[in-house]
Amino acid sequence: MSQPEVLNQAFELGYTYTRSTGPVIGRFLTELRNRNIVGIKASDGRVVVPPMEYDPNTAEALSEFVEVGQQGEIVSFAWVKEPREAHPMDVPFAWAMIKLDGADVPMIHCVAAVSEDAVATGARVQAVWADETIGYITDIRCFELV
Amino acid sequence: MSEEQEVVTVVKAPVYLKYNFTAGAAPARFLAQIKKGVLTGQRCPKCSAVYVPPRGSCGGCGVATEEEVVLSNKATVQSFTIVYIPIPNNPIQPPYIIANVVPDGANVSFIHLMSECVNEDVHIGARVEAVWKPKEEWAFAMDNIRYYRPIDEPNVPVDQIGKLPVTGLEG
Repeated sequence: MSQPEVLNQAFELGYTYTRSTGPVIGRFLTELRNRNIVGIKASDGRVVVPPMEYDPNTAEALSEFVEVGQQGEIVSFAWVKEPREAHPMDVPFAWAMIKLDGADVPMIHCVAAVSEDAVATGARVQAVWADETIGYITDIRCFELV
Repeated sequence: MSEEQEVVTVVKAPVYLKYNFTAGAAPARFLAQIKKGVLTGQRCPKCSAVYVPPRGSCGGCGVATEEEVVLSNKATVQSFTIVYIPIPNNPIQPPYIIANVVPDGANVSFIHLMSECVNEDVHIGARVEAVWKPKEEWAFAMDNIRYYRPIDEPNVPVDQIGKLPVTGLEG
């Protein structure tokens, strides 16, 4: 028997989900659309960004939104040498934990930088807004080094 | 919130899984025959069960299958469902029938479309035959068989479904 031809074909499986945000993330995204970043005050006084619905310690519902700064500090980061299709940038960039001014916990986002050497723990960064904001986390296009 | 705008309540969060699907040896042989307009299965060397489409092994015996068996264009409806809900990107207008059909000479069924039938008259044990696309449209694809349609032959008793020889009822 001769070796059969190898047959292969591209196949895409798509799950076209629309997810409910809930009231708290909904508020966060609504504020992003207006180019503001808000967190929420927890029972111990910490400001959590992005805001969460329930207190991390007491599990009580949270409601006190706090606007935080559009600048912050890199707490830690990972350099992406070879961005993949799903990544927010098509050139090398950093995923970073960024503690925004006025926030007490860091938030993850991407940082645009010319090279890995340019990024450092403790570096100051500034949010860069998308040309058009739609109420999605990518309304912050990225953070840039200050 | 500074602007008079609707509050965000939902986000679009689609997930796309992109595969490069490789058929594998047994399905590749099967599809090569389908491209020539021939429906084939593979017989288990141990229990003689004929699988279509072949996966290259017998699930019951756990042994590789090698022997290729040419199957009939005639088949029997093992089960079916009437589809009333439109499926996105599917050009077929509901209601239509999706059936598990067992080709004569095979011992397992596969899923295919039925047409040229009165949906309400389709039943388990009904005899059907494959309607192929024109030869020039044959590809490495199961839909070279456009659909199955009813034929005027006696019903197959339930305990005989999946056990007919390739020669069919008379065989």
